[in-house]
Amino acid sequence: MADLTTTFLGITSPNPFWLASAPPTDKEYNVRRAFEAGWGGVVWKTIGEDGPPIVNVNGPRYGVVYGADRRVLGLNNIELITDRPLEVNLEEMARVKADYPDRALIASIMVPCEEEAWKRILPRVAETGVDGIELNFGCPHGMSERGMGAAVGQVPEYIEMVTRWCKQNYDKPVIVKLTPNITDIRYPARAAKNGGADAVSLINTVSSITSVNLDTMSPEPSIDGKGSHGGYCGPAVKPIALNMVADIARDPETAGLPISGIGGVTTWRDAAEYMSLGAGNVQVCTAAMTYGFRIVEEMKRGLSQWMDEKGYTSTADFIGRAVPNVTDWQYLNLNYVAKAKIDQDACIKCGRCYAACEDTSHQAISMSPDRVFEVIDAECVACNLCVDVCPVEDCITMVPMTPGEVDPRTGKTVEADYANWTTHPNNPAAQAAE
Amino acid sequence: MPDPMTQGIAAGRLDATQIARNFDDLHAPLASHEAAVAADRCYFCYDAPCVTACPTAIDIPLFIRQIQVGQPEAAAVTIFEQNILGGMCARVCPTETLCEEACVREAAEGKPVEIGRLQRYATDTLMARQGHPFVRAEPTGKTVAVVGAGPAGLACAHRLAMKGHDVTIFEAKGKPGGLNEYGIAAYKTVDDFAGREVDWLMGIGGITIETGQALGEGLSLDALRADHDAVFLAVGLGGVNALGVEGEARDGVEDAVGFIADLRQARDLRDLPVGRNVVVIGGGMTAIDAALQSRLLGAETVTIAYRRGRDRMPASRYEQDLAASKGVRLMFNVMPVAVHGNGSVAEIELEYTAERNGSLTGTGETLRLPADQVFKAIGQVLTTDGGLELACGKIAVTGAGRTSADGVWAGGDCASGGDDLTVTAVAEGRDAAEDIHGALIG
Ligand SMILES: Cc1cc2nc3c(=O)[nH]c(=O)nc-3n(C[C@H](O)[C@H](O)[C@H](O)COP(=O)(O)OP(=O)(O)OC[C@H]3O[C@@H](n4cnc5c(N)ncnc54)[C@H](O)[C@@H]3O)c2cc1C
Ligand SMILES: Cc1cc2nc3c(=O)[nH]c(=O)nc-3n(C[C@H](O)[C@H](O)[C@H](O)COP(=O)(O)O)c2cc1C
Ligand code: SF4
Ligand code: SF4
Ligand code: SF4
Repeated sequence: MADLTTTFLGITSPNPFWLASAPPTDKEYNVRRAFEAGWGGVVWKTIGEDGPPIVNVNGPRYGVVYGADRRVLGLNNIELITDRPLEVNLEEMARVKADYPDRALIASIMVPCEEEAWKRILPRVAETGVDGIELNFGCPHGMSERGMGAAVGQVPEYIEMVTRWCKQNYDKPVIVKLTPNITDIRYPARAAKNGGADAVSLINTVSSITSVNLDTMSPEPSIDGKGSHGGYCGPAVKPIALNMVADIARDPETAGLPISGIGGVTTWRDAAEYMSLGAGNVQVCTAAMTYGFRIVEEMKRGLSQWMDEKGYTSTADFIGRAVPNVTDWQYLNLNYVAKAKIDQDACIKCGRCYAACEDTSHQAISMSPDRVFEVIDAECVACNLCVDVCPVEDCITMVPMTPGEVDPRTGKTVEADYANWTTHPNNPAAQAAE
Repeated sequence: MPDPMTQGIAAGRLDATQIARNFDDLHAPLASHEAAVAADRCYFCYDAPCVTACPTAIDIPLFIRQIQVGQPEAAAVTIFEQNILGGMCARVCPTETLCEEACVREAAEGKPVEIGRLQRYATDTLMARQGHPFVRAEPTGKTVAVVGAGPAGLACAHRLAMKGHDVTIFEAKGKPGGLNEYGIAAYKTVDDFAGREVDWLMGIGGITIETGQALGEGLSLDALRADHDAVFLAVGLGGVNALGVEGEARDGVEDAVGFIADLRQARDLRDLPVGRNVVVIGGGMTAIDAALQSRLLGAETVTIAYRRGRDRMPASRYEQDLAASKGVRLMFNVMPVAVHGNGSVAEIELEYTAERNGSLTGTGETLRLPADQVFKAIGQVLTTDGGLELACGKIAVTGAGRTSADGVWAGGDCASGGDDLTVTAVAEGRDAAEDIHGALIG
């Protein structure tokens, strides 16, 4: 079994699976049980200023989006940061860290955007002995209206300023947690880096309304007939987060900045994908909230098994491996030509590929009276839609054409050389190929 | 050419194609898409009831999740950690009374997650693609004698070998496997799975099997104790209960287990003779298997005669229905009173029974069924006890298989407590191994 030990910002944990700052990490009881279940690290539920604790709603906090058979695909919440007193959280963190020296424990913090507020809380966090802090610049609801959370995370200048305060007043690693509720994630990431952040973590939740109750005409979750936007997370947000992680990993200005990947991590595979796109570890919330702490067992065994199969002996061996293969559209090889191919033995004749292609795409699949479905090479643009909608795995495959063959759709010979849009004759801005 | 109507006991009642079809896999293995769909139904329950219901406590939600995420081999490792004969158990466990009965989706929809078939999918995948998944610990220099190479003995030997001990299994028969090899219905373990599984299990190393070595015949418990640091007895139940009725000695009256053993060892099932009219006395798995396989061999009529009502029958409703679906007639509340015939059996006489105040009595009303062959399947009994203390006719054990003698453990069918099932034998063998390991290493 491959060793999963992972070092992130000099903090070593037995595996790269950390619990994200959220209800699973809101108190000592939970965190101890999480460590017993095998989680490598924990980012404690966000703590705030000393004083009267935060107040949460007393009705439903969550909305949900289901897949088939009530499988949770997305969760949305209107919960705020911890509603327990600061002192209690700090004492608990100190106790847990002392008892679990081999696990990562990070304090998540959100206080107002004033230097004094940070100067007040940071020494107290430092006293607990936790391994580092995470700045919650992400929460899209409740706190943002008070000038915290996403309200800071959406303004790069604030991020840089607060990060700098933290670096000046705290000497262990500072992770900046980013909100996805922004147009271009590279700007807040650059700001974090410029402020001296040791790492960024992303994503926090996505602003969302999951559903509307059509009887009461209230968005869900509904509190006494009214709802407000919440933060969306779970498997549904993973594609958004992966793209943002890749954006930061390959931005020359932030290249090399450590990333903690968050958003919809549910299985070993999700973690491997985040890490291959440059995340040094991953954080998990919804999967734990849906299935319990024991879910980490599958993640650990699965990642280890996959590493064995691939011959990786350390997580460092594959972190960032996919980054060089993420590029911009204009650099994709336009001389690469593929055609869909249907395996007639595997086909169950449902016709979904036909409906997709005939009704909505390129009319490149034929249907015979006895329900034989075949690809018409002269029409197929290799869009992949049929593959995506076919219920039978590997029934339709994309077969690349070999150079020298003639593409029956265009009548052109497939060329071996790479050529992209920047040099394409149809591109008014094309430069002549050198 | 004989056929089902041929009088008396005859071989070759069905042609080769029909025989092959009849003895094919009872449940076809799941294809990978089917496995994905079946696995998707599992809820990953907390403190899952299916795990509690599995005698070997396999982490079922975890292994099913591992199938969901596309890693059947990793799922198999999870299974084998708890149950090294997880491949056989996947085929032979009465899941309808174990894990699948407890599945929350059985309660909710009457349609449990197909745990057994998923277990088979995972274990088959690993066994087909990889070698042995475990490695032995450093040698401890300790030696353990295991008597009997059935599921209990094999599970115990494997766990001990994994812990670094050297194990010798003494097996009376010519082949290892116990009832996996000689007893389980043929359609549950096709393609010599029992034999292949033993070979694969031996891949751990550190285990030697000595066949043709019987305790009580040449081997003595004292000698085994003297030569080894510990002894584990897993001799199963070698004897069969008698009917105790007039005419029992007539030709054609046979032990069901003997018939099944012959069937399992037959090179060509068409060589195996079976009666035109077969009557099986009993109500457990052995009765069902003997009856069903008689039908599958081509007997024209097969009747199971059970002395109590259907609800008391040890064989599960699923097994009963399976037998009925193949044309076996189930008779309840009848007991044998005589076997008639001239040399060989020709008829069996049954008396109706009634249960009064918990005890079973004949009503006086009798009937006769034509029978060329009568199989006795009314329970097996212990034949080798090594002189140890007994409880209810089995070797008395406490805790993880400790017997009345120091350094001697017992498990499986021969030991007191637990159901007589393959999976229970595996659990007892494994747990005894852990206890032996603790005793040897301290
Ligand atoms: C016909 C039949 C069908 C069954 N079907 C099922 C089923 O579908 N599912 C299920 O879960 N269970 C089934 N069972 C029960 C199951 O097979 C047993 O519970 C299980 O095999 C018990 O394992 P064991 O290791 O204790 O004993 P066994 O499997 O009986 O193995 C005992 C071994 O010890 C050897 N031995 C005996 N005496 C000596 C001696 N003196 N010296 C050396 N070796 C000796 C034997 O040769 C044998 O190899 C069935 C049983 C029968 C009889
Ligand atoms: C109920 C709930 C409360 C959360 N509270 C916090 C919080 O206090 N601080 C924080 O940084 N993130 C918070 N998050 C966001 C998570 O840490 C995480 O970034 C997000 O859920 C995406 O990961 P996931 O898809 O694994 O759930 C919360 C999420 C949920 C569901
Ligand atoms: S979608 Fe797939 S299975 Fe259905 S007709 Fe098309 S190729 Fe066949
Ligand atoms: S060993 Fe038997 S009871 Fe246990 S999970 Fe597997 S099939 Fe079910
Ligand atoms: S009880 Fe059923 S649904 Fe629940 S974990 Fe077990 S197999 Fe899955």
